Amino acid sequence: MEILNIAEKVAFNLIKQAVIYLPEDVKQALRKAYAEETSAAGKTQLKAILDNIEFAEKYQAPMCQDTGTIIFYIKAGAKAKDLYKIEDALIRATRRATVEVPIRPNAVNPFTQKNSGDNTGKLIPWTNWKVVPGEDIEITVLPKGGGSENVCVMGMLVPGEGINGLKKFVVDAVLKAGAKPCPPNILGVGIGGGSDIAMKIAKKALLRPLNVSNPDPEIAKLEKEILEAVNMTGIGPMGLGGKTTVLGVNIDYAYRHPASYPAAVAFNCWAARRAAARISADGTVEYLTHKVDEVK
Amino acid sequence: MAVYKFKTPISEEEIRKLNVNDVLYVTGTMFTARDQAHKRALEYFKQGKPLPIDLEGLAVFHCGPIVKKKEDTWTIVAAGPTTSTRMEIFEDEFIRSFKVRVIIGKGGMGRRTTEAMAKCGAVYGAFTGGAAILAARAIKSVKSVEWLDLGMPEAMWILDVEEFGPLTVAIDSHGNNLFEDVQRKVEENKQRIYQKLGLSP
Ligand code: SF4
Repeated sequence: MEILNIAEKVAFNLIKQAVIYLPEDVKQALRKAYAEETSAAGKTQLKAILDNIEFAEKYQAPMCQDTGTIIFYIKAGAKAKDLYKIEDALIRATRRATVEVPIRPNAVNPFTQKNSGDNTGKLIPWTNWKVVPGEDIEITVLPKGGGSENVCVMGMLVPGEGINGLKKFVVDAVLKAGAKPCPPNILGVGIGGGSDIAMKIAKKALLRPLNVSNPDPEIAKLEKEILEAVNMTGIGPMGLGGKTTVLGVNIDYAYRHPASYPAAVAFNCWAARRAAARISADGTVEYLTHKVDEVK
Repeated sequence: MAVYKFKTPISEEEIRKLNVNDVLYVTGTMFTARDQAHKRALEYFKQGKPLPIDLEGLAVFHCGPIVKKKEDTWTIVAAGPTTSTRMEIFEDEFIRSFKVRVIIGKGGMGRRTTEAMAKCGAVYGAFTGGAAILAARAIKSVKSVEWLDLGMPEAMWILDVEEFGPLTVAIDSHGNNLFEDVQRKVEENKQRIYQKLGLSP
């Protein structure tokens, strides 16, 4: 089969898997939160989330009505053939998913306010590229919900305040977001590079599973410290009070300009959807985040 | 925390039994209303025009559903709650005028609504944001749709529901507002967090 067809099929399967099945690490974190939650209202909300996730799987329907903006991350092997066809395949897959899964049409022209109806439009779905050695192509999809997107923040912090400034920035972002992003949330924190780079890093950090800690022990410690701090807010599931406001904090960074300290916080909601697969040069496909029997 | 299952029309007496943190399931008639439907209903009331249905004792759901029409029947595809604060400017008058008993949405509502609920006997039930399948499962059928000229999400969808929930009673009819309580606690916790992290406020 040609790469255009393979990539389309894989991307379609990934969107479908992502919107119906939460990754195991997110499910586990939600179950743990439910077991440990002490607030009555918080527990009710977590139970509703867990039930909803189960029903989504049972009825093969998207877990949330907002199936998000479709974002792809591609790791393209430098020796893979016909890479220029991939984006076309992703657009086709997105259109097909809109009709066949179905997912909600979420692509609107910002000038005419007209919805394209098929989740595609200028630059959407958005695709992030990285060229890597080899022949494989790895595709990851991140359907990104609007409610949690609306509270993402980017700030140019004061370099002299260093990490303390960063901690305050993240805590304040969570306090300001409150119930809006459908907590419990996952936070992606990006530091350095520049204004756009910090947010890109932050969003990409949302792809790291909750059970994989940061390879840098110092940063892993900081992630834990911030996680504990934001869970002291008491905002709780759906903002109704409780111990679980955030399930995980994933930090990543780039070096910064001496005069700048860019920082960004990307929020994901409990519907923290992602799915990935690898296509080998011979056309075989390996699904990386979901079990194959979940691919229908 | 107690669990209640009410059938519409719900009486004031029943509503007064509920306290914040209780869990409520609603069976019977529920209708959707967002900004535009609230506005139109209140205009009708002022002009003395009758509404398409009597709203007394019913549940109103802040929701813009996705609905599909197959031949002559409508089916709800997805129906998650929308953010309720947008309706804060209408809700107190809405409760007073129509005696709705349960307001369902996400994110909570403010003082004006809380006071109207205490006065007239109504509660706010928080439905889990994004839990579209739970909602869709409890909606048995679309009874009718009114004011479709407002557009699919803004129209008034009259729904037949069975054990719609769980709803966390977040504002009761005794003046308690869970969201305000949480907000107050969060403000207090903020200082503790800053201290723990060694930050100056
Ligand atoms: S914030 Fe997330 S869970 Fe809430 S409605 Fe949006 S996509 Fe769904």
